[in-house]
Amino acid sequence: MHLIAAITIALLTAAGIFLCLKRRTFDLVLGLTMLSYAANVLIFVMGRLLVNRAPIIDSRPLSLLNYTDPLPQALVLTAIVISFAMTALLVAMALKAYAQRGSDAIDGGDA
Amino acid sequence: MVDGLILIPLLAAALLFTLPDAARLRATALAAGGMLGVFALVVALAPAVLDGEIARSQATWLPALGLSWHVRIDGLAWLFALLVSGIGALVVLYAHYYLGRDESMPRFFGYLMLFTCAMLGVVTSGNLLLLLVFWELTSLTSFLLIGFWREEAEARRGARMALAITGLGGLALLGGILLIGRIVGSFELDLVLASHSLITNHDWYPWALGLVLLGAFTKSAQFPFHFWLPNAMAAPTPVSAFLHSATMVKAGVFLLARLNPALSGTDEWFWIVTSAGLITFTSAACIAIFQHDLKGLLAYSTISHLGLITLLMGLGTPLTMVAAVFHIINHATFKASLFMAAGIIDHESGTRDIRRLKNLFRYMPWTGALAIVAAAAMAGVPLLNGFLSKEMFFAETLALTGHAVFDWVVPMGAVIAAIFSVAYSVRFVHDVFFGKAVCESPKTPHEPPRFMKVPVEVLVVLCIAVGTFPGLTIATILDVAARAAAGGELPYYSLAIWHGFNLPLLMSAIAMAGGLALYFGLGRIVDLHGLEFGQRARGMYESILSAALDVSRRVWRIVGNEGLTRHVAIWALAAVVLGSSPWWAGGFALGEQHSSAPPLAWALLMLLLILNVFLLRHYRNRLVALALIGSIGLWICVGFVLLSAPDLALTQLLVEVASALLLLLALRALPATTPATDSHWRQDLPHAAIAMLVGIAVGVASYAVLSFESESISQFFLDNAVPAAGGTNAVNVIIVDFRGLDTLGEITVFAIAALIIHALLAARHRQVDRVDETSQPMMLRLAAAVLLPFALLISIYIFIRGHNQPGGGFIAGLVAAGALGFSAMAQGRGVLGSARTWVVIIAAGLLLAVGTGAAAMWVDYPLLTSYYQYWKLPVLEKIPLASVFLFDLGVYLVVTAGTVLLLLAVARHERA
Repeated sequence: MHLIAAITIALLTAAGIFLCLKRRTFDLVLGLTMLSYAANVLIFVMGRLLVNRAPIIDSRPLSLLNYTDPLPQALVLTAIVISFAMTALLVAMALKAYAQRGSDAIDGGDA
Repeated sequence: MVDGLILIPLLAAALLFTLPDAARLRATALAAGGMLGVFALVVALAPAVLDGEIARSQATWLPALGLSWHVRIDGLAWLFALLVSGIGALVVLYAHYYLGRDESMPRFFGYLMLFTCAMLGVVTSGNLLLLLVFWELTSLTSFLLIGFWREEAEARRGARMALAITGLGGLALLGGILLIGRIVGSFELDLVLASHSLITNHDWYPWALGLVLLGAFTKSAQFPFHFWLPNAMAAPTPVSAFLHSATMVKAGVFLLARLNPALSGTDEWFWIVTSAGLITFTSAACIAIFQHDLKGLLAYSTISHLGLITLLMGLGTPLTMVAAVFHIINHATFKASLFMAAGIIDHESGTRDIRRLKNLFRYMPWTGALAIVAAAAMAGVPLLNGFLSKEMFFAETLALTGHAVFDWVVPMGAVIAAIFSVAYSVRFVHDVFFGKAVCESPKTPHEPPRFMKVPVEVLVVLCIAVGTFPGLTIATILDVAARAAAGGELPYYSLAIWHGFNLPLLMSAIAMAGGLALYFGLGRIVDLHGLEFGQRARGMYESILSAALDVSRRVWRIVGNEGLTRHVAIWALAAVVLGSSPWWAGGFALGEQHSSAPPLAWALLMLLLILNVFLLRHYRNRLVALALIGSIGLWICVGFVLLSAPDLALTQLLVEVASALLLLLALRALPATTPATDSHWRQDLPHAAIAMLVGIAVGVASYAVLSFESESISQFFLDNAVPAAGGTNAVNVIIVDFRGLDTLGEITVFAIAALIIHALLAARHRQVDRVDETSQPMMLRLAAAVLLPFALLISIYIFIRGHNQPGGGFIAGLVAAGALGFSAMAQGRGVLGSARTWVVIIAAGLLLAVGTGAAAMWVDYPLLTSYYQYWKLPVLEKIPLASVFLFDLGVYLVVTAGTVLLLLAVARHERA
């Protein structure tokens, strides 16, 4: 599983960086979305990767063998929501820039 | 009551900044009231402090850092508070007449009161960190005051220079204070002062001392940091009189006196402090003779006198502290009056160039007489206060023993510097007020308004009173202050004017005669008015500054332009290099942990690979890219489901819905494709290489981290979720309870982002939205109308159960926002009402969250401490009505309203 997690993170990161290197605002939004996916998955897998061990406390004994680590999950949950807000902020800036300049190129170019 | 010393000027400053520029009289009244209020407080404290008590006010502030609010007024602090408020009140009166009609008096006095607050804070702090806070504040307010005439380049440059030098010193002082705090184990002044042997025997002592001295020397303009003070003369003259002669520049020597009981008495202290003082004292006095600007002469004279005081601090003979404190008082009185006189001359004649001023005594005899008396005090003429402290100073230089050549170098240097002092004092008087030539000033000089002279008169009277009747006027105050500075009892001394024919008197006589001879002799040999000296130190400062700027510009040229693409590339590559550097240094190793993957996982990975390839292949078609990136989001969602993270899966799913909606709305106003001309293999190839490199690096690093055994702190959360927080959903419990402060920060960020988006996009669309009800199919509209109440109900259900089952404020908020978004899509934006409503809901949610957290403080628990109690409600059975429930409700409101607000803003935005 570790290998799969690592490859997943690598794929998401590479795609994110590639799109961030493009020169259009929308591509940048896509790239940053991919990068935040990568970051969230990275944080998430730092807890243990267990199947059917949701951190909802029931009759199982209170041990990390029986429940996945809830802390990375809590961190990622808020991170998902925050990165949504950040994406929206970027989108708003992209819209504003396009409305004002008539171009969605990032580096001031018009091409 | 003691806090009033600092709070009164602060309050006055706050009120002053609200006044309009034209309210000149009200501004003066407020500032004067503030100063006199402080003065009255100081006087009221006199009986206790003069009796040897220490007046205090203490409160904890940041105990973990050792910072406390501790106002501590002993004799030394009291004396300085007296000087600051007394001279401050005079300066306010003076400035009222000095400032021109078109200058903003409230702004000027606002800065001045802010400075007064800072300065009083420095002198009364009983905690070293608190002292540092005020210390920095004096540097900042000094910057504002020097640059008060902001349209003048010279003023801006002087302000910047002063800030750079004193700011640098402040940084050094911080280092010194931190070291002292680590040595002593506390930043409380009382403890530090009692730890002399602990500090001076510590290995870090030289470092601590060096850094503290750097702070003190920069502030008090000691060589080689003296040059900022002459350049600070670009400030309005009341500022020069107040900050740059009487008070702020004394902060450095005050610090030496304050920490004297803790740091002095060592060889390091003696050699550094004495040398710096001696060099500054003599060289600045010499330079002062050759200044042509009245204020420049006074500035170098101030530097020289500060050098004298520093020298005294260094000597360490029994009565040095008495002499030093005495001279601080005397210098403040005569130098402030001289600056004011110089300001009057400048004001009424139009110039302060000594070469153009002549024979002014004829035009302004009263001002002239005052200035002459003050200058005589500066030169050390008997019956004036300057004479007394200078005598004591000479006596102390003679008392020095056991320091090799310094035993006679110091007294010699003192006499030489005193000769220079007399010479420049004579020049000040003779060149300006006497002489036969005609005055060449731009205006015909005349006496100033009556009340502009009052402050000078008061100060000059003090000079005479102290100089003639020291026992009646100053003895008690001086004794208490000097005892506080010396940190113990003082040997016997007498303040009498006449001590008989002795060596100090001879030294004074030599200085007088020598000074007169030097001035008039110099006048015969060279034309004093023809000499011009550049400021070498300032030149060095400027070349260092421009070299630093040059380096920054070069670095900026490499990393700064060419836009974002290049930034991203540099940043990404730097991250790879830095992130992998431990491997190059320490070798790459993997841990023991492995886990095998089921075939399903491999299949999913293949799916992700395919989605990824498609995304990169088709990202130019933005609608397709949107679908693909959403699919990848859903893929991650599936991952969360499989790996025991139901809360994350729900959140991811809902965010994908909201994101898709957002990006679709955005695409209405953006181009549908990225032009194909953008891509060229010559760019794409290196980009792909960088992307792959970063991807591989991050992947390898993740794999390496995962392969090591790790210790989790989460056992605590599992153990305490139910007993301490009353919830079985450990994730939600962490979010709303254990790490509630993080969450508070996060919803704040979320709210800010939503508000920015609203402000950014809503600016052009103030008109009422038209509600377009016919654009969507009937079925959709009906479905939305029916679904909305149910969806909202579900969201409330998810919210309520969130503490025990997957759900909670974040998820429920996204459900509600999604439902509202859907119905807006179907029925038109009108159903969402005005944006203002949602802004109000965001505010309410934030306030609720903060309020719930703060409620704990009400009953003396730390912020965000939770409280819970199970309440039995019919139907819903047992729900925990914990305080976190209200906190989570705040989260719920912020997330719902924020998401709706930002979708609404993007939806309203139409292409220009």
